[in-house]
Amino acid sequence: MKHIVKILSLLVAISAFWIGLLQAAIVPRSHTWLLPIYFVVSLGCYGLLMVGVGLMQFPTCPQEAVLLQMDITEAKEFFRHKGVDVGSD
Amino acid sequence: MADEKENIGDKKYKYSIIIPTYNERLNIAIIVYLIFKHLRDVDFEIIVVDDGSPDGTQDIVKQLQQLYGEDRILLRARAKKLGLGTAYIHGLKYATGDFVVIMDADLSHHPKYLPSFIKKQLETDASIVTGTRYVKDGGVHGWNLMRKLTSRGANVLAQTLLWPGVSDLTGSFRLYKKLVLEDVISSCVSKGYVFQMEMIVRASRKGYQIEEVPITFVDRVFGTSKLGGSEIVEYLKGLVYLLLTT
Repeated sequence: MKHIVKILSLLVAISAFWIGLLQAAIVPRSHTWLLPIYFVVSLGCYGLLMVGVGLMQFPTCPQEAVLLQMDITEAKEFFRHKGVDVGSD
Repeated sequence: MADEKENIGDKKYKYSIIIPTYNERLNIAIIVYLIFKHLRDVDFEIIVVDDGSPDGTQDIVKQLQQLYGEDRILLRARAKKLGLGTAYIHGLKYATGDFVVIMDADLSHHPKYLPSFIKKQLETDASIVTGTRYVKDGGVHGWNLMRKLTSRGANVLAQTLLWPGVSDLTGSFRLYKKLVLEDVISSCVSKGYVFQMEMIVRASRKGYQIEEVPITFVDRVFGTSKLGGSEIVEYLKGLVYLLLTT
């Protein structure tokens, strides 16, 4: 099935649960009404947390730039010997 | 190291490497050199799809053909800039390998990772092996904080909305089984990097086995990476499109 259908089903299931909670009144209704807001805000915070954590742990590789320059030099030398004119950048 | 090469050399598979180019006169020569350096015992062909570069890219490719052989380097040019997706489709028509590798010509994708792609595929029989920059042994060089933030934000959003099953959605350094690439590419309609996302998401939806290998990505040293407002809008539109149609 299409992905959007999966997501909508999930939302419908969550909504049904929420409506069930409202009707059953296990939790005071005033709290239950605010649950969707809590849910959305939590989701937003989780997203921001993931972005922050990911940013802090963002893998970098400065040594790769150096290695690349060495490879470029090696390649240019090779082509110089073979008479292929690669010119300059 | 020697063991790995022997393993790869054992199998009798052929790999077609499609490289779309536009004004990559110097880089294409270096890429070709590095591919030959790192795939010593592998049967492969390089298919250069050049979109009528005015800087003489095709002349260089012809010289490389003289050096390495026209059976190893295929020049399949087009008249003008026609886009990445169609460049792959064009290149695919001439591919005679069992597997197809797509990679960029600007040296952001380093051929030294090709053996790890091949090895991963042989080990897992995956339909697609995609390079990921965002894991521990991978990485990016040349991005400032803003660029990293945008990338990370975009990734979190895409993961939340699409559940794609891969960590790097916009990456374009990938190995496909040829038949899988043909199948997936025929159902993709997007352009640019949204195209790369569409490819991997559609493949995931179709149930193809996708494995990842870490790669390092050195962004263009000359000129800055373009990521302006319009790119962000395109990205968001692409996400919504993928959310609704895959």
